[in-house]
Amino acid sequence: MAVARTRCVAIVGVSGHVIEVECHISNGLPGLHLIGLLDTALNEARDRVRSAVMNSKYGWPDSRITISLFPASLPKRGSQFDLAIAVSLLGAANVIPIERIAEPFFLGELGLDGRLRPVRGILPAVAAAGDAGATKVVVPAANAEEAALVPGVTVLPVGDLRTLVEWLRGPDHDRVPPPGLFGPSADPDDAPPAAAQNGQATASVPDLARPAPDLRDVAGQPLARKALEVCAAGGHNLWMLGPPGTGKTMLAERLPSLLPPLSLDHALEVTAIHSIAGTLPAGRPLLDRAPFVNPHHTATVAAIVGGGTGVPRPGAVSLAHRGVLFLDEAPEFPMAVLDSLRQPLESGTVTVARASGSVTFPARFMLVMAANPCPCAEASDACQCTPTIRRRYLARLSGPLLDRIDVKVAVARSTRTELLADRRFAEPSAVVAERVLAARERAAKRLAPTPWRVNSELPASALHGEFRPSPAAMKPLTTCLDNGALSARGLDRIVRVAWTLADLAAKDQPEVEETSAALAMWLGVGA
Amino acid sequence: MAAKDKLGKDGEQLAVEYLQAGGMQVLDRNWRCREGEIDVVARDGGTLVIVEVKTRSGHSHGSALEAVDRGKLARLRALAGRWLSEWQGERFDSVRIDVIGLEKVGRTFAIRHERGVI
Repeated sequence: MAVARTRCVAIVGVSGHVIEVECHISNGLPGLHLIGLLDTALNEARDRVRSAVMNSKYGWPDSRITISLFPASLPKRGSQFDLAIAVSLLGAANVIPIERIAEPFFLGELGLDGRLRPVRGILPAVAAAGDAGATKVVVPAANAEEAALVPGVTVLPVGDLRTLVEWLRGPDHDRVPPPGLFGPSADPDDAPPAAAQNGQATASVPDLARPAPDLRDVAGQPLARKALEVCAAGGHNLWMLGPPGTGKTMLAERLPSLLPPLSLDHALEVTAIHSIAGTLPAGRPLLDRAPFVNPHHTATVAAIVGGGTGVPRPGAVSLAHRGVLFLDEAPEFPMAVLDSLRQPLESGTVTVARASGSVTFPARFMLVMAANPCPCAEASDACQCTPTIRRRYLARLSGPLLDRIDVKVAVARSTRTELLADRRFAEPSAVVAERVLAARERAAKRLAPTPWRVNSELPASALHGEFRPSPAAMKPLTTCLDNGALSARGLDRIVRVAWTLADLAAKDQPEVEETSAALAMWLGVGA
Repeated sequence: MAAKDKLGKDGEQLAVEYLQAGGMQVLDRNWRCREGEIDVVARDGGTLVIVEVKTRSGHSHGSALEAVDRGKLARLRALAGRWLSEWQGERFDSVRIDVIGLEKVGRTFAIRHERGVI
């Protein structure tokens, strides 16, 4: 009777923590005792592991089995510990040499027949294993592509328990285990678990597999298209106000098609979040396009900022990390939800505190809001809402929230002539995306010595220091500031947009043309 | 007698012989009260030993020892008190609960004796 030890990873927030799994088989009445702050899914591991071991034709020890997950103080949830539990048990039962399992990490959920099922959060888990010095990580075959994104770690994809155990018992340690009894990719319903299961039904999932719709489809809104381009180039937040049917939603949905592909670092960040949330599309291990998240207005605060029972899970703001969070019918959202956006908008992260501990998720996203001018949402001339009702409706968007919006655009209903005329000028997304990319590169080059990459990240100190436009360019802004039409914070917002306009126009400095245009974009709705 | 009852009787007889061979004195067998039954009551030096005997015809339904769960152990513990309250003889220093598992292998039995399970 011996103690066997192996390793696994628990996910807390978006980072992985190394978990040691120890198994001790001793005299006593037969039974499996799992200890170490486990949730229900993990307690069920008892039955899954037992069936998997027995169906893999290994005997179940007729003794008292104690399995401890260390550190015991860290709450553990999920089913990714199954494999490590099974392997440590077989080690303690002298089926596998214990020295073979001490070093590698084992991740995966076991099916009752012994097959290895994919789990969520493989990317951050394998990354954590790599950070802990692991050279070999055993993962379910269906997660292999995702796990392979982590550099410096040998990923061993395995299809079932029996194949793995025979490989561990075998003499040929350097040979990669064969795909296994259930084929290389297991079966189709082994796709990573869908978001619907994670209890966050209200946070909509970005559809990353479908090609983004094209900006050319939005005819008759040249101003709004320009605003979208500016926001894409500078990472600015956007507010669109206009009657229904004027294309606000269409415009917002096309914003991702203007954004450049994510850099590898950013893509890994985004993929890790989506891996944990279980929203990775099957067959696309790396998310290299900006995500677009479009929660319904009935979403709760927990669905937006993250939460859930036990250890918090990422919400819509984190799923939109490095991408776009679109709030359609923004005033319909509960005010608590709208105001919960202020922290992530300011810091690029969101901290969710629960009794079991607080977790910080990344949440650096572009906010796009769309609103009808009044709750009745009638065609503008049929609307009978009183000015008070209209004012009250839009007042749901609090001042501090609107303060964080750089570009406001009123989307008006266009006439048939306008629609027809504008069709000739509507450019495809690819053309606009090229300009956006050029502007972003220009900004990145200028900001290279600083920690910021896009104009929206510039702090006020920099805007009044080395990135202050010339006095001549500032003239229209200082005039507005003097006569009270503009606050100091508003001024900063405008200067940021002016820099983006200068980048788009390939100018080294914003001139009076850019600052005036930025002023108009900021006043947009309010004026 | 049904086959399973015969199996149980045979098992209990074997268990008693096994305990006696180990130097224990059997005080009572198949003692019953309203709460249930104790298979074997024995004395091991100064210790009262309450023995549950489980016999299985094979391994297909799990091991014999596995069949003794928490609920069964709790019942045995209560029964030990019942039995003691009726006991008139020499006093005991301590009380222990043992489980003996017997599994039929061919024509003979494999025996496992777990001492002091609670």
